[in-house]
Amino acid sequence: MQTDRKFLLKFAQSDPSELSPEEIRRGDILRKIHITKPLIMVNSSTSGIVAGARHTWEAIEQYTADRSIDIDLAETGSIGLSSEDPVVSVQLPGRTRIFFRRITAEKVSSLLDDLFHHVVPEKNLIGQLLCEGQEPWNEVPTFEDIPYFALQNQIVMESCGIIDPFSFEEYVAGGGYSAFLKIIRSYTFSEVCELVSDSGLRGRSGGGFSTGEKWKAAFQTPSDQKYMVCNAEESDPGAFMDRALMEGNPFQLLEGISIASYAIGSNRAYIYIRSEYKDSIKRINNSIKVLREIGLLGDNILDSGYNLQISLRKGPGAFVCGEETALIASLEGRRGMPSSKPPYPSTSGYLGQPTVVNNVETLSNLPKIINYGPDWFKGIGAADCPGTKIFSISGRVALSGLVEVPMGTTFDTIINEIIGGVGKGRELKAIHVGGPSGCMVPKELMKIPVTYESMKENELVMGSGGIQVMDDKTCVVDMVKYFMEYMHKQSCGKCIPCREGTRRMAEILGSITRKPADEEGHTTLERFKGVMQLESLAEVMKDTSLCGLGQNAPNPVRSSLKYFRHEYEEHIFDRRCPSNSCTELRSWFIDVDLCTGCSICAKRCPSEAIIGTARHPYFIVQEKCIGCGICYDVCKFTAVYYK
Amino acid sequence: MADDTARIEEILQRFPQIKRNALIPLLQAVQDEFGYISEQAISRIGTHLSLPSSKVYGLATFYNQFSFSPRGYYHVVLCNGTSCHMAGSGELLNEISKLLEIEDGQTTRDGLFSLEVQSCIGACGQSPVMSVNGEYYSRLTVKEVREIIKQYREDADR
Repeated sequence: MQTDRKFLLKFAQSDPSELSPEEIRRGDILRKIHITKPLIMVNSSTSGIVAGARHTWEAIEQYTADRSIDIDLAETGSIGLSSEDPVVSVQLPGRTRIFFRRITAEKVSSLLDDLFHHVVPEKNLIGQLLCEGQEPWNEVPTFEDIPYFALQNQIVMESCGIIDPFSFEEYVAGGGYSAFLKIIRSYTFSEVCELVSDSGLRGRSGGGFSTGEKWKAAFQTPSDQKYMVCNAEESDPGAFMDRALMEGNPFQLLEGISIASYAIGSNRAYIYIRSEYKDSIKRINNSIKVLREIGLLGDNILDSGYNLQISLRKGPGAFVCGEETALIASLEGRRGMPSSKPPYPSTSGYLGQPTVVNNVETLSNLPKIINYGPDWFKGIGAADCPGTKIFSISGRVALSGLVEVPMGTTFDTIINEIIGGVGKGRELKAIHVGGPSGCMVPKELMKIPVTYESMKENELVMGSGGIQVMDDKTCVVDMVKYFMEYMHKQSCGKCIPCREGTRRMAEILGSITRKPADEEGHTTLERFKGVMQLESLAEVMKDTSLCGLGQNAPNPVRSSLKYFRHEYEEHIFDRRCPSNSCTELRSWFIDVDLCTGCSICAKRCPSEAIIGTARHPYFIVQEKCIGCGICYDVCKFTAVYYK
Repeated sequence: MADDTARIEEILQRFPQIKRNALIPLLQAVQDEFGYISEQAISRIGTHLSLPSSKVYGLATFYNQFSFSPRGYYHVVLCNGTSCHMAGSGELLNEISKLLEIEDGQTTRDGLFSLEVQSCIGACGQSPVMSVNGEYYSRLTVKEVREIIKQYREDADR
């Protein structure tokens, strides 16, 4: 380790021209460009594990042990295609690396049989990653040929899914830690603040506040102790970009935190991470341990006189802790309730001291900004909003996963060109951007370039960048109801507009997606009254709530009422769900003339509500029916209908 | 009981500093050790940090992570993130609740199953997702859930 340490630190501090050819070669070996035995990498990030990556790993070990093949087996992060997990990449000595999708345990042996005979199977193939000094495979698509990769501009996610997140050597060999070493050697605190401010980097967590300005405020506040906090709470359901960054390239984040801490003159940094993110916690803990051993964390880092301690704190789970003042309260051991601003945390935050809270994506941008300079960064994305943004896309889409595009790209490009649109035979209805407190963007507005300003102009919010795609089978009201129920549960209860408002909204939306049979007395009247009040309630919440959570909570209602009013009206007046997905509104029947008695519906019915004898028309017992609509989906004779 | 006290004391020793900001890590350590936070643990933590038990309990109930009843032998976690919701996790939840006769955060009387609904497991590409004792099941249907629960019941009987 000692010689390694010396080499790694030299490598990180030197310009490539100052290194000897032997040292460059050694770096290439660490980067796995030159390998002597086959290398297999398995995406062992959360999404990979859920899809069965652990079993794949075991199957690979078994396969190579049985045949006594000597290979290197390593973990990696996600390349972004989370619906295609477990993604496995294989690199044979001297050849480029090839990526395969959906390699579950049972597919391992046939895949490896082919590859070890130098045959690339077409099944489950994604493509090959070209690299200098490696011989490409014939007739295998390269990443540049695949729209998903070709149309992205991966800066922050560049190494995710390619490098081993546990290997510090690999990160350094790829140019890592040169930025941090450069600044502690030759920059003053304020120079770093100025440089980042000049680059125009803005917080990626939703607000879009200038990162450099935030740092300057904290730097200029006189204090003995300042704190840097990395917000890795990401409690937004459907957003997973921060997790992918922590699982795919944790050293990049830690380098970013180190740079930010240095810039504000802080020697104490915390990573506030969601306790559910077990795999991210494992990787971050490992990285902190390695950095301490190397001497890049601790007292007097490489004799520069700068001390830095980074510790990890697990967030006990509350959506509101994504808000910076609530996060600080939670760090202090109190309930995660926001407080009014000003004072901003940058002047009085954790324990009353100046504190800067930045999110994972923002911080992960820093090493490259320092390395390539602010002008390089300003050249990417929109003029007022440089850089890239990672979106996590899920819902009714052909591919779901992460997409990193320059700011100013349209939603249309992201959804239709990169991700490949909605599933076969479906039609896109809208997308929901920014999680439970986000907005619905109808098809017509998808042509706007995505920057903080243009979103604001159209009364939309970007939030953290989670996108849920809705097709013609998704009900707008049902989605909004889900979000309001979620917000109601997550409201901290401090201020009344949010606490009571979210509850009322959830009640109103619940009442319009229910059958009248469930209502008694004057509740019908209440329902109409309530619906009429949705809009004014949303206004009140927006204007009077204390924190961003409450102010943004009515966003789904406001935006959907604006663009999808007709869907609400259909639910209220006709008691009908146009996209047929509000299960409580449906009553299913079987057409006696069309039913051939094939019995498939009865077999598939989860509540055993369909009775009959084979070759005679079947019948649905309404009392037992839960309205799931499976019988409708499976019927080949269109005999099932609903009223 | 005596054993529990010793284990709580052992955890408290890991947090020698009597500071308010040790409260959440302490509760998390107890939760990791026992799987839930007992009444005894709350009052002991309160004494250790010179805080009233009511404050400790109030804080613990604010956050989603802490549970106050022992976990079942099989801990079922169902994801109800946006993507899973769109893929029908609501129906899965109804089915599991019906099969096990418990709701979110509860444990069956025989102590075999407990159910937790999480806001997002983070595998939106594989939705809907469920895990039982860390073993994940993805792209589930109601029928598959029924089979899985049945399988675990049979395993337990054996």
